[in-house]
Amino acid sequence: MKKIKTLTANTLKNTMKKGGCGECQTSCQSACKTSCTVGNQSCENANR
Amino acid sequence: MIHQYKNNGYNIVMDIASGSVHVVDDVVYDAIAMYEDHTKEEIMAALTPVYGAEEIEEALNEIQELIDQEMLFTEDEYQQYVTDFKKRKTVVKALCLHVAHDCNLACKYCFAEEGEYHGRRALMSLEVGKKALDFLIENSGNRVNLEVDFFGGEPLMNWDVVKELVAYGRSREAECNKKFRFTITTNGVLLNDEIMDFCNREMANVVLSLDGRPEVNDRMRPFRNGKGSYEVIVPKFQKFAKSRQGQYYVRGTFTHNNLDFASDVLHFADLGFDQISIEPVVSAPSEPYAIREEDLPQILAEYDRLAVEYIKRKKEGRGFNFFHFMIDLSQGPCVAKRLAGCGSGTEYLAVTPWGDFYPCHQFVGEEEFLLGNVYDGITNTEVRDEFKLCNVYAKDKCRNCFARFYCSGGCAANSYHFHGTITDAYDIGCEMQKKRIECAIMIKAALADQD
Ligand code: SF4
Ligand code: SF4
Ligand code: SF4
Repeated sequence: MKKIKTLTANTLKNTMKKGGCGECQTSCQSACKTSCTVGNQSCENANR
Repeated sequence: MIHQYKNNGYNIVMDIASGSVHVVDDVVYDAIAMYEDHTKEEIMAALTPVYGAEEIEEALNEIQELIDQEMLFTEDEYQQYVTDFKKRKTVVKALCLHVAHDCNLACKYCFAEEGEYHGRRALMSLEVGKKALDFLIENSGNRVNLEVDFFGGEPLMNWDVVKELVAYGRSREAECNKKFRFTITTNGVLLNDEIMDFCNREMANVVLSLDGRPEVNDRMRPFRNGKGSYEVIVPKFQKFAKSRQGQYYVRGTFTHNNLDFASDVLHFADLGFDQISIEPVVSAPSEPYAIREEDLPQILAEYDRLAVEYIKRKKEGRGFNFFHFMIDLSQGPCVAKRLAGCGSGTEYLAVTPWGDFYPCHQFVGEEEFLLGNVYDGITNTEVRDEFKLCNVYAKDKCRNCFARFYCSGGCAANSYHFHGTITDAYDIGCEMQKKRIECAIMIKAALADQD
């Protein structure tokens, strides 16, 4: 494609199958104690 | 649903349901804007005078290609997924231990009211702390990783108990097949070498509270006698940060008094810190330092200014991380996590010095949110269930918000304090949140451009 550069392809849907294990960090626990931000967290599920 | 915006010379298109993000040229950008409620002929007719027929033909082909690959105008199918939310079994995986409701600073915006949380001054006893860790182990199901944040007030005012609780937690890891991830949030006044060494051995992260430039910090973070704290604290934080291999955050709050907070972020970077977080204050609108709606244009422009400088410094090899500009586009959280949000009241609880449970640190002292205590467990299941149901699709404002999978529905405490319910959203906070996400994605585009 010449006119479109994709930064990230569709990934969210795939996570419905193997996600939800809950091993990742709670989102308010670290550097933001007054707001909810999950976008910058990383998944800790090795099987995903 | 899509969201498109221009920032710093980049045309960005986000496909919300799939999580795809595209950088596009002007032709595609304009065509996408018309795509959903215009026919191809209409788009051709409208854009041909500007770009020429061939360009538009090509743009439309590429758009179609993305649609076929489910990367554009994807349907949101997750709404189904959350109908089972109430039935889902939640386990507790994180505690915020208020080991000291007392403080040696008197920060003006402190939601803990100088550490007292609408209550009395108190230190957590070792016994209460151990009970809390036992509760966490017993109520965490199969989850291996458990998080415990030592919080206050100022947790270093009860340092011996912190140390003993870490030792106690470690002593139970093997038999219970758990791993504790301890963190601490401190104002730094009492930091010394012994404490730093201990934290470097035992704490996965440390959050160091400081607001920015000297005059900004000292105005809001004075000692009880009114003297500023900057001078005492900064050298300690610099030393501590250097010894942590990136496992720390210098964390500040900006208010109506320093709407040019990008300068405070950059001040931190100039002091040598490379893990930085500065957040907007959340307070009653009546406070003189509260952020008001009319402050928004300046705040949003400030995020843009910061983003541009952020990219510049990264490209020059002297970059830093700003918490709210960090975003994991490829290996970020799964949908379940993005929908559920912070987990306050279910996965995450705050514990007071005398062992009471609240949904999170921001609810401590609000009596109607008292959930139970370390001896009897969760007794107020009604409130717990209210939090359990809290998810992106339970909130009218969030359901169609482009930011929903990045923000996950905002902060329940903010919503409660502004609207009296946990399923609303704090509007000023939303505007800032959306801007931060736009900046974060633009930064990704700019850094990808480099190589
Ligand atoms: S670790 Fe990954 S898969 Fe598991 S809940 Fe967190 S984001 Fe989802
Ligand atoms: S930005 Fe506001 S409306 Fe959008 S998802 Fe977050 S809390 Fe909801
Ligand atoms: S309700 Fe707000 S302050 Fe409390 S844990 Fe959630 S995001 Fe954090």
